[in-house]
Amino acid sequence: MKIGVCVKQVPAKDAPLAIVQDGGWIRESDISFETNEPDSFALEEALRLKERHGGEVVAISMGPERTKQTIKEALAKGADRGIHVSDAEFYKLDPLGAARSLAAAVEKENFDLILTGLQSDDQGFGQTGVLLAELLGRPHATIIMAIEVLDGRMKLKRELESGWFQWVELPLPAVLSIQSGINKVRYATLKGIMAAKKKEIATIDRKSLGVPDTPTQRVERIYVPQKTKKTEFITGQPKEIAAKLIEKLRHEARVL
Amino acid sequence: MKILVITEQREDKWNNVSFETLAAAQQIAAQTNGTISGAVVGKGVASLAEQLAAFQLNEVLLVEHDLLDKYTPDGFSIALHQVIENAKPDLVLLPHTYQVRDFAPKLAASMTKGLIGDCIGYRHENGKLIFVRQMFQGRTNADVLFTGEPPWIATFQAGAFRADLAAKGASKAPVRPASVELKPEQIRTKPLELFREAKQAVDLTQAPILVSVGRGIKGPENIPVAEKLAKLLGGEVSASRPICDEGWLPMDRQIGSSGQTVAPKLYFALGISGAIQHVVGMKGSRTIAAINKDQNAPIFEIADYGVVGDLFEIVPALIEELEKPR
Repeated sequence: MKIGVCVKQVPAKDAPLAIVQDGGWIRESDISFETNEPDSFALEEALRLKERHGGEVVAISMGPERTKQTIKEALAKGADRGIHVSDAEFYKLDPLGAARSLAAAVEKENFDLILTGLQSDDQGFGQTGVLLAELLGRPHATIIMAIEVLDGRMKLKRELESGWFQWVELPLPAVLSIQSGINKVRYATLKGIMAAKKKEIATIDRKSLGVPDTPTQRVERIYVPQKTKKTEFITGQPKEIAAKLIEKLRHEARVL
Repeated sequence: MKILVITEQREDKWNNVSFETLAAAQQIAAQTNGTISGAVVGKGVASLAEQLAAFQLNEVLLVEHDLLDKYTPDGFSIALHQVIENAKPDLVLLPHTYQVRDFAPKLAASMTKGLIGDCIGYRHENGKLIFVRQMFQGRTNADVLFTGEPPWIATFQAGAFRADLAAKGASKAPVRPASVELKPEQIRTKPLELFREAKQAVDLTQAPILVSVGRGIKGPENIPVAEKLAKLLGGEVSASRPICDEGWLPMDRQIGSSGQTVAPKLYFALGISGAIQHVVGMKGSRTIAAINKDQNAPIFEIADYGVVGDLFEIVPALIEELEKPR
């Protein structure tokens, strides 16, 4: 099975975020980046599918030069090769523009299966997988908790809300968005890191793909939300605190 | 502005976030001198359409087809594409549910339109609609505008608006069937059975009060204290991710970016620091009370009532207080 997995590089979880003056994006110069955590579950799932069914895993990432690091980490974990869709200003793309670029970059690969994470921890659009499927004319399913590959089809466990799940069947080729927590993600071994050095990363200039640059939406400004609530601290001995808090919940907030 | 609200039901039961989205639509319609159509999608859902018609809107579109009985992204996307082409709304609003995030981007792309997803609010300024959504796991907000021609498609996060503010109409709105054409071969997904994994799975989104525990609860032996408080308050117990990862509570009790998004009237956070992954799932709660040892814990940024102290002293005192006859 030939599997493509989309991985994104995002600011590290503990990175201090500073917003650039025009509010268009964050200051990237002083912070560290890491692989988007939800995508690491998709990569792990791709590697496991390859181990079970054979084939190839290709890690695809769009972004500036730094993004290659995320592809290298995927190669170190066991992906066979990488595709870097290069664009220093990719953050300006809207969800449809980003998906069109990725679709154009992977179209010729004819993947049997493309996996994405649930959403990115930076922009958090949560649309890429579904859009890729539509643009490539493939069926899709999202929030996937288990994958069974049958003959040319897949049986998938989808998570619904409120503790509900559903089994669905899809024909291959297809696109799946993987739910975080579906598996335990592996670490790269030293051997894997060494082997990754010999693996190929193809770079495609995003602008060379000829994708129309007509955005459907525009981020006007990114900003830190103002704190809207003022916390009232309740002090005293535990018994006093309990009495005061219950009184306030009953008669001030009126939620009891 | 002509607004189309697409509601959600499963097996004849409303997803209540639909009414939050309706409340948002009513607010936007009032500000833009607009109209609202509400769509009900499925098979045999005429009674739900009648219920929706009691709300303040201009019409209800009954979108019924045998192939819409069970949700599929192909079926819903093809059918709603036709509904939108016929109704010609300027703005299509949907609740940001798991089902909607599964098909709405596809629906938008099939019309070469964009989707602004997971909005927490909007502003109407100088005749423009500005949608507000979060980025960087809730650490920043972003103002987003549609560019290009309508229809514009947006989804609102659970808790962004209050369902109980969706106004009823003075008289019943007309219910109109909206015919759609669907063929079995257009639907590539085969939906199979629905099931619940935990025997006593709870629907945390419907709980009016949640008592939620974090790392501060220290061990599984302390969960019963939280359960007792929840029971006295008439609520349910929920947790932050580490508690469920440890197996101290089942996964379906998890609140946050990888669990459920809730907006109860009271959220009691016990020993929860307030990491952003948790906060995104509960900050829509009407009232938040937090007990934490660390006065700098970020949970106090969003709490209405804060107690800096030992939860093992304060929770028993709360239980005692609640057990007193009123």
